[in-house]
Amino acid sequence: MMHWLLMGGYWPYLWPSYVLTLLVVVLNVIFARRSLRAARAEVRRRLQMQRSHS
Amino acid sequence: MSTPVSAVQAGYLLMRRDLRLALRRPGEWLQPMVFFLVVISLFPLASTPELSRLRDMAPAALWVAALLSSLLALELLFREDGQDGTLEQLAVSGLPLAWLLLAKTCVHWLLTGLPLVLVGPLAATALGAPYASMPGVLAVLLLGSVALSLIGAVGAGLTLGLRRGGVLLALLVLPLAVPVLIYGGRATALAIALEPMTAPMDLLAAIAVLSATLAPLAAAAAVRISLE
Amino acid sequence: MTWIWFHKLGSPPHFYRLAGRMTPWFAWPALLLCLGGLYGGLVTAPADYQQGEGFRIIYVHAPAAWLSVMVYSAMAVYAAVGLIWRINVAHALAASCAGIGASFTVVALVTGSLWGKPMWGTYWEWDPRLTSELVLLFLYLGYMGLRGAIDDTARADRASAVLAIVGAVNVPIIHYSVTWWNSLHQAPSVMKFGKPTMPASMLVPLLMMLLGFTLYFVAIMLVRARGEVLRRERGAHWVAEATVES
Repeated sequence: MMHWLLMGGYWPYLWPSYVLTLLVVVLNVIFARRSLRAARAEVRRRLQMQRSHS
Repeated sequence: MSTPVSAVQAGYLLMRRDLRLALRRPGEWLQPMVFFLVVISLFPLASTPELSRLRDMAPAALWVAALLSSLLALELLFREDGQDGTLEQLAVSGLPLAWLLLAKTCVHWLLTGLPLVLVGPLAATALGAPYASMPGVLAVLLLGSVALSLIGAVGAGLTLGLRRGGVLLALLVLPLAVPVLIYGGRATALAIALEPMTAPMDLLAAIAVLSATLAPLAAAAAVRISLE
Repeated sequence: MTWIWFHKLGSPPHFYRLAGRMTPWFAWPALLLCLGGLYGGLVTAPADYQQGEGFRIIYVHAPAAWLSVMVYSAMAVYAAVGLIWRINVAHALAASCAGIGASFTVVALVTGSLWGKPMWGTYWEWDPRLTSELVLLFLYLGYMGLRGAIDDTARADRASAVLAIVGAVNVPIIHYSVTWWNSLHQAPSVMKFGKPTMPASMLVPLLMMLLGFTLYFVAIMLVRARGEVLRRERGAHWVAEATVES
């Protein structure tokens, strides 16, 4: 296991690369879903305002 | 005017009008060239007065200065006409907008690009280039500055009327200008070394021709979008 | 027949619902492919003859670089469709691409740089591929900057569409010029991103990662595009019932 983690000495280049990629992958998911949720909430808010005005 | 004007006539009239208007405020139109000279002077000041060492960075200095001053000059291309409604008139005139914008870009280049082309070889010698290299440097700057004006026109069209459009304009235009920079820089270096520069010049010429045909179309599309 | 399908896709309520249904069909296979590719790349693939274990960075660098270029192309195509046929959904799709593309361009640059350090000795060497990636990042940032600077969505859509198309035309020219520029000053060290000789045990995980990332991009793009479509269609009637369901 330790041998695998050390990656023949390349670990300070390899693991940060993988961690960064994973981070960007996860962040993209989070921000995409957040963006959709915000758009939906905005729409609901506007509809409520319209209904309360009419 | 009751008689309809042909596109060629319109282009000519537009160029005449632009020139006349610009010559009323010569100071404004000279500023890009002054800026060019100032930036050139920064390079020796930031490094060394030794001409032999400056010669190595001369191509880069010339092109960075040319690029930056052409970016500043782009503000003058559409600003006035965008604000006073002339651009809108041109757009709805029924005449091909791309052609009219090409005419405007021509005048703009004559006023802002051509001075750089003429002063550039002198600046090159100030940075250590041999006098014999001046014609070569002039030729490179000629092609390159034309390409930069045309590419810049697209950016100017896209950022028309935007607040703080200047920095955004730079961000948009600079990546698109990278090929001009690469070939222009290489050609300038060869010119200064008094070596044949056909390879990069051919490519630079190709870019200039491509820009002349495509950029006005993109600029016209951009201007129409910005005016709506 | 395909024309009708094309037109239906351009209808915002239809797109909104369809994109919602399609997303899991891209997301889950993407996850599985990436997990499989990671296992293959990190565990089962043998170490490279020349680069040792270091070559394994390729399993994140190559997908990131691939995405950075592919997403820009997709963005330009959507932008062109939106501009020419005046389809709002296409503009929404183009807008959804930018952030993903830009972030993975950064990943490609950083992982490329980290790959370079043990191989060439420096983190940055202005080699043609990374330099082209850098210019591509600037193109993305310009696109996002232009969108952000224009308040009116319609004008922002159309202006950034022109920019995307101009940029797409330029990308091959830029890449060619950067490669040319770099070849003039070829450093004596020949080892520039030397692709390791690829037996199947190395290649298969790489292909899995490339495909997995592509599907992942589509999933993310669909999620974002649904939000973009909603924002562009605020007044329309279908929006009310669409947001009551999920």
